[in-house]
Amino acid sequence: MEKVYAGKTVGVDKEGYLTDLSQWNAAIAMEIAKEEGVELTAKHFEVLSYLQDQQRKEVALSIRSIGKSGVVDIKQFYELFPKGPLKIASKMAGIPKPKSCI
Amino acid sequence: MKKLVILGAGTAGTMMASHLRKKLSKSDWEITIIDQCKPHYYQPGFLFLPFDTYKPEDVKKSIDEFIPKGVKLIREKIDVIDKDSDTVVLDDGKKFKYNILILATGTKTAPGEVAGMLGEYWYKSIFDFYTYEGALALRDKLRLWKGGKLVVHITEMPIKCPVAPLEFAFLADSFFIKKGMRDKVDITYVTPLSGAFTKEKCTTALTYLLNDKNIKIVPDFAVEHIDGANGKIVDYGGEEVPFDLLVTIPTNMGDELMARSGIGNELNYVPTDKNTLQTKVKENIFALGDCTDVPASKAGSVAHFQAEILTENILLYIKGKELKPDFDGHANCFIETGHGKALLIDFNYEFEPVKGKFPFAGIGPLNLLTESRLNHWGKLAFRWIYWNMLLPARKLPFITPKMSKSGKNFN
Ligand SMILES: Cc1cc2nc3c(=O)[nH]c(=O)nc-3n(C[C@H](O)[C@H](O)[C@H](O)COP(=O)(O)OP(=O)(O)OC[C@H]3O[C@@H](n4cnc5c(N)ncnc54)[C@H](O)[C@@H]3O)c2cc1C
Repeated sequence: MEKVYAGKTVGVDKEGYLTDLSQWNAAIAMEIAKEEGVELTAKHFEVLSYLQDQQRKEVALSIRSIGKSGVVDIKQFYELFPKGPLKIASKMAGIPKPKSCI
Repeated sequence: MKKLVILGAGTAGTMMASHLRKKLSKSDWEITIIDQCKPHYYQPGFLFLPFDTYKPEDVKKSIDEFIPKGVKLIREKIDVIDKDSDTVVLDDGKKFKYNILILATGTKTAPGEVAGMLGEYWYKSIFDFYTYEGALALRDKLRLWKGGKLVVHITEMPIKCPVAPLEFAFLADSFFIKKGMRDKVDITYVTPLSGAFTKEKCTTALTYLLNDKNIKIVPDFAVEHIDGANGKIVDYGGEEVPFDLLVTIPTNMGDELMARSGIGNELNYVPTDKNTLQTKVKENIFALGDCTDVPASKAGSVAHFQAEILTENILLYIKGKELKPDFDGHANCFIETGHGKALLIDFNYEFEPVKGKFPFAGIGPLNLLTESRLNHWGKLAFRWIYWNMLLPARKLPFITPKMSKSGKNFN
């Protein structure tokens, strides 16, 4: 599937998660944020770039590991991305929907 | 004499001891298994203890009953693994050198991870059923409980046997109907996931069960603290769910031994290759069961499939051959739905649970992803299979470690 964000056509899955991180840019993140009703600040971008780094290193993400990352604590993570922060933040970061494996 | 040491004599460790003692020559290999515990618990039975369906003696036997002849059992707490010198150190200071080490120390509940969980209200209005003690304390509570708001709650993923909390909610519904007091009990299921099941296909196919049983669901709930005095759980977003009786699945964590040894992740799980089951710690250290970080279910059935594959890989490793990436995440679980019925699901890393027949394509007799009485008998028979077939590593007829795709409807 494809979708146009900020004038750019990108590959997405059926829930709107980018399928190729290299197509991501900040304008795309801002449009996705608008859909989710979130206004992005510098702190948001700091979290997004942490998530992208972890994704490149193929480290599975969890709310707990983000809380221990030193970038944000869990409380702040929820304030920045209310309700299901890991899912919302992953979408904005252009990485796959976190697998709640098992 | 070469030395193979297994840490943990639960489901996975015991199965490995049984497999390897049959395969490794007694004159070349000494096998030692170490565990701090006396009893071996049949953990799937903990689900039935609170409802008085199983008695304590149904789920508890002695560890040494299942350790095969020719394997040395050491009963002591493991303090630390020194991977550089290939040594395991026990609490009493004894040291064990190894050529090959197998980790099978499982996972356990860590109720101290959430503020307000342990304390004044623990085992008064807040319970777990993932431990023997918790399941029995909850049984005593349910025998006398007059009704009110029952909240069944998962703290965070991953947990072992991820369907057990939902089964608990279903069985509770049946239990209160039978006691003639279902109208006095309000059941709510609170989960950090977006739906009742960890697998989307299941959520779509099975959400009707929750509606039928009048169980409310609160998804996407990440608990921040528990307020025992006012009877509510509070999430990071400020949302509150009130309870009179909270049945929670605390955070599950690997043993602290992994933290002490510097080889665990943030939940003390050991980074492990998800297909070969060799750890990323060192080439002569392998791991299976609940103690690894592989993205498969933490379940006895999974440990069973892993044990067959890991046994082969250990033999390959000893011969200096390349390991086989054969573990595909295969899991196979019965889900109790109450009123004497159950579901059966079968899935792996790649495929979500689907409808179809098991284990014989087209014939069954078990139906996948559909409630039936036969599946319920399957679940109860699992206890016998566990003690008599799985732990001694007898071959299960017809069920292969790799998931079979025949007889299943993949669309
Ligand atoms: C309520 C409930 C229901 C379940 N239902 C099912 C089901 O229906 N089907 C299914 O397949 N699975 C089910 N499971 C899951 C299943 O029981 C586990 O996945 C399985 O037991 C894992 O085996 P293991 O060997 O990895 O860990 P365990 O069996 O837990 O064994 C770990 C062992 O390591 C020992 N150990 C740990 N650390 C140390 C140390 N430092 N020193 C010495 N010894 C140590 C422990 O004493 C323990 O004996 C259920 C679990 C629960 C709790």
